[in-house]
Amino acid sequence: MGYPHPIHPKETPVLSKHFGEVEARPYAGWVERGGYVALKKALTMAPDDITSEVKASGLRGRGGAGFPTGLKWSFMPKEDGKPHYLCCNADESEPGTFKDREILRWTPHALIEGCAIAQLAIRAETCYIYIRGEFTEPYHILQRAVDEAYANGVLGANAFGSGRRIDIVVHRGAGAYICGEETAMMNSIEGRRGNPRIKPPFPAVAGLFGKPTTINNVETLAAVPAIINQGAAWYAKLSLSSPKSTGTKLISVCGHVQRPGTYEITMGLPMKELIYDLCGGMRPGRTLKAVIPGGSSVPIMTPEEVENCPTDYEGIVANGSMLGSGGMIVMDDTTDIVHVAMRLAKFYAHESCAQCTNCREGTAWTARILERMLAGEGKESDLGLLLDLAENMTGKTICVLSDSCAAPVVSGIQKFRPDFDRHLNVERPLKTAGV
Amino acid sequence: MSTHETAAHETVFAGAVLAKLEALYPKYPDKRSLLLPALWMIQEARGWISDGSVAEVAETLGLTSAYVRGVVTFYTMYHTHPVGRHFIQVCTTSPCGICGAEDVARALVKETGCGDLGATSPDGRFTVIEVECLGACGFPTPILIDDDFIENVTVDRVPAILARYI
Repeated sequence: MGYPHPIHPKETPVLSKHFGEVEARPYAGWVERGGYVALKKALTMAPDDITSEVKASGLRGRGGAGFPTGLKWSFMPKEDGKPHYLCCNADESEPGTFKDREILRWTPHALIEGCAIAQLAIRAETCYIYIRGEFTEPYHILQRAVDEAYANGVLGANAFGSGRRIDIVVHRGAGAYICGEETAMMNSIEGRRGNPRIKPPFPAVAGLFGKPTTINNVETLAAVPAIINQGAAWYAKLSLSSPKSTGTKLISVCGHVQRPGTYEITMGLPMKELIYDLCGGMRPGRTLKAVIPGGSSVPIMTPEEVENCPTDYEGIVANGSMLGSGGMIVMDDTTDIVHVAMRLAKFYAHESCAQCTNCREGTAWTARILERMLAGEGKESDLGLLLDLAENMTGKTICVLSDSCAAPVVSGIQKFRPDFDRHLNVERPLKTAGV
Repeated sequence: MSTHETAAHETVFAGAVLAKLEALYPKYPDKRSLLLPALWMIQEARGWISDGSVAEVAETLGLTSAYVRGVVTFYTMYHTHPVGRHFIQVCTTSPCGICGAEDVARALVKETGCGDLGATSPDGRFTVIEVECLGACGFPTPILIDDDFIENVTVDRVPAILARYI
């Protein structure tokens, strides 16, 4: 449902069916709603059969990268005799994204069930759910749900009497966007600074504590029980445009729409319908100016690009951006794209772990140049300088944080040039006034 | 939630708090992984993480103070100096920024008497900081006061919200 709004006829509520329903949150309420049936089924399946089912469903990573989930699981070694780990990424911090927190707050047992099934598939006894420190309410709800799952024999040494051990530990972050990057997250769980690691080795080979590890997003894992229950074929059919984008996707919409919230759509729903029908369109008297469709790290779209864009991985790429996390920022004609870009650059400058020079310097200088421009002190050469910086921030660093800072700046300059020009062509006050 | 440490360091990891920490040991393959949880426990007990606390955590987990300090300073939610009794974090990242978050931040600074972002009010009641994305972008402007997450904060609502925190 479009939490906090009622279900819209154009939505496909699978994950969000019970958002806003307090009775669904505790263990008993979740079981009444069909909870843990999928886990019981998975406990009777061979690990590779679970992976094959998820592979056939077409489920792709919902955290931003869109990597096929079953394929990722299949990279995990089999009879290697080492402990394996699952990390659930609940470090939701990408500006514009507030979908995972609704799963954490309303249906924590859906996530626990998804984690447990994934653990069976990748042969991991232990899962760490890494939740961002600022999510105080979701943290307490999730921790209580995990405690309930242990008390009811879902988790522990003998999950549902199967003789299999399934452990889940909630690990709280302490304020660092970069810990949402999978290798930084592993360092953070290990009690280190959250610096991303150089790949290879990839986590499936040497991840958490040096052992084979899979990292999945909250929404990805929460989708797994429904796939096990209703089958891969059912899930794969949920697709309105590209066959490579299947299932449902939570889209958190914010900014200048009439009904911001978290909506669940079938992959491929036209973006225009999402913005105008589900979210009620722009505020009265205002028109659409720009959309950042997938969290702040993706290029900005123009209304022309939105016009015929299906909301799925391929559709948004074809229209100049990316689906990313599904965190959609909608902006109307009151918006100054330079101000938006400045705030985003400040975000990335603040969140850079600073181990790569291009990122540490690039993000900070991008923010400073944009601030200078907004203060009326910009120079014509600044646009070239920003693009030059962006060039040096793309594909040059250990992780993609600096690429993410460059994306809105480059697309902003390319697609919304008049906003930048307006700040450059200002009549400046005289520096000296005879006093 | 905050108490200011002025005297000599008093041990936090004793009694119930130590038991809480030790209960976590079996959940991780090494003690170093307990560092973030241990720092949270310190901050909960003392309001901030002093040099003495850094040394205590290091001693408890078998790490060096320099290592612990390196980790503490990486994460923005750990306070390395005393803060007001109520710690206010206001989100001003782009999605909230285009919906008036900067005005809310200004109103919070003014109404609390803090004078500036990051400063503590003269009565020791509040500290206000701007933070990056709190992950509630559809409900601008979200703020965190201590552990309380408050959504849809507007300039008009600021005085009534602050009145709840003595």
